[in-house]
Amino acid sequence: MSLNAFITEEAIEGDDDGALSGKTVAVKDNISTEGVRTTCGSAMLESYVPPYDATVVERLKDAGATIVGKANMDEFGMGGTTETSAYGPTKNPVDEAHVPGGSSGGSAAAVAAGEADLALGSDTGGSVRNPAAFCGVVGIKPTYGLVSRYGLVAYANSLEQIGPIARSVEDAAALLDVISGPDPRDSTTRFDLDDEGDGGSGDTAGDAAAHPATDSNYAAAADGDVAGTTIGVVTDLLDGADDRVVETFEAALDDLRAQGAETVEVSLDSVEHAVQAYYVIAMSEASSNLARFDGVRYGTSGGYEGNWNDAFARAREEGFGEEVKRRILLGTYALSAGYHDKYYKKAQDARAWVKRDFDDALDEADVLATPTMPVLPPRLGESLDDPLQLYLMDANTVPVNLANLPAISVPAGEVEGLPVGLQLIGPKFGEEAIVRAASAVEA
Amino acid sequence: MSETSVDAEEVEHVAELARVDLADEEVDAFATQFAEILEYFEALDEVPEVESDADLVNVMRPDEVEESLDQEEALANAAETEDGFFKGPRVS
Repeated sequence: MSLNAFITEEAIEGDDDGALSGKTVAVKDNISTEGVRTTCGSAMLESYVPPYDATVVERLKDAGATIVGKANMDEFGMGGTTETSAYGPTKNPVDEAHVPGGSSGGSAAAVAAGEADLALGSDTGGSVRNPAAFCGVVGIKPTYGLVSRYGLVAYANSLEQIGPIARSVEDAAALLDVISGPDPRDSTTRFDLDDEGDGGSGDTAGDAAAHPATDSNYAAAADGDVAGTTIGVVTDLLDGADDRVVETFEAALDDLRAQGAETVEVSLDSVEHAVQAYYVIAMSEASSNLARFDGVRYGTSGGYEGNWNDAFARAREEGFGEEVKRRILLGTYALSAGYHDKYYKKAQDARAWVKRDFDDALDEADVLATPTMPVLPPRLGESLDDPLQLYLMDANTVPVNLANLPAISVPAGEVEGLPVGLQLIGPKFGEEAIVRAASAVEA
Repeated sequence: MSETSVDAEEVEHVAELARVDLADEEVDAFATQFAEILEYFEALDEVPEVESDADLVNVMRPDEVEESLDQEEALANAAETEDGFFKGPRVS
């Protein structure tokens, strides 16, 4: 029986030689592929064919990878189970009665099932780490600015990064080596001013020498050497989690301590408000980003008569699914007159608070640890009716996106045959530290 | 009960602002869900004012013409075009 991991199965061959020669890669369907349709899991973009490749897709091709298809996903990345796709839900290959997680559920399922060696997802509030945890594979959410977002169909610009999924930490890190780096076509990728900071020749977005990925080797960091590493356990995120998840998490920490790591408890007061802040910011950005789907430039038009506003509103009624409409409307509400200060401004305060809290915790520890997901993978259809409960499932992953930090999810064990993920969070551009610690979890 | 109350009329108003038509049953379902979600968001009232570090820098490149999509490529995904332009419904 098919997992429905792909929306479009089409082989895109890369160059002959490169770091990923002979490797197959599934690419999430919100990452543009020239000449191959890119739907974002939405009926709105059913026939959209991008005229250009995303930078990460160019880099995959240059590295010799073969792209095997466009992976299923929650519509526009909005969901945590890959059940909001207009192309039907994906099944979890570990247990097909359960969801694979989301929104990059097709990417993680393809890797877990062996339908691709590697995959790219995008992580706005946990969308790479969540399905990696639920499918028993490895997923990395890079530091904001490490990987180009050019060609990623935007949902919430200030939060999302493209990230790798693989069956081992080393393979995920090797894929990160390929896709990271500066990109003059994306101003959100990191660059540093030259010494003068005067707008001189060093001050361009394409200044390779200034990008953190230039001198890095993430795959080499997967050496399993965790001795002497201080791991901060975020106690605030254990309280609401499933007991069986916490037990599995604690057992993995025991194992790391046996390998020479030291653990300390850290508390982040701000995380209590992170989910609210995340959803207000993500929905607000979504309400603006998705305004481009008007059925005129792209998107299904429906061929409606009448004035522009009426035709636009009817095309969007037809083209968008329920969760997308819910988020556009809530985002519009949060930004509307009279509510901006109450919701959006307060969410930005919470975001700054979360960042500060993480900085303080990372002064005490090299990396931070939490369970990736506080629950086990729900059964298909089980959680769809209550959007708020689904939002609460993101409690452990969204703080990382608010703080623009890197994090990895690595399999920590199983409960009743269902995978549990351990999340390791690092300082800004500290990808090597989280890769190293995660590789020790595998050992 | 919270101070947040969202009725069907308010959902319809926001839907109009967002240019998304809704079916009647969607309006009712959203009104109930929005009340619950917005009540949850109200916990943000407890957040203290926090000064965020302004680490943003403008990223500029020299103002020179670079390669971009040609007109045909830019129009390729439009349902209707005319004389090299997008063709949409009348504005009002």
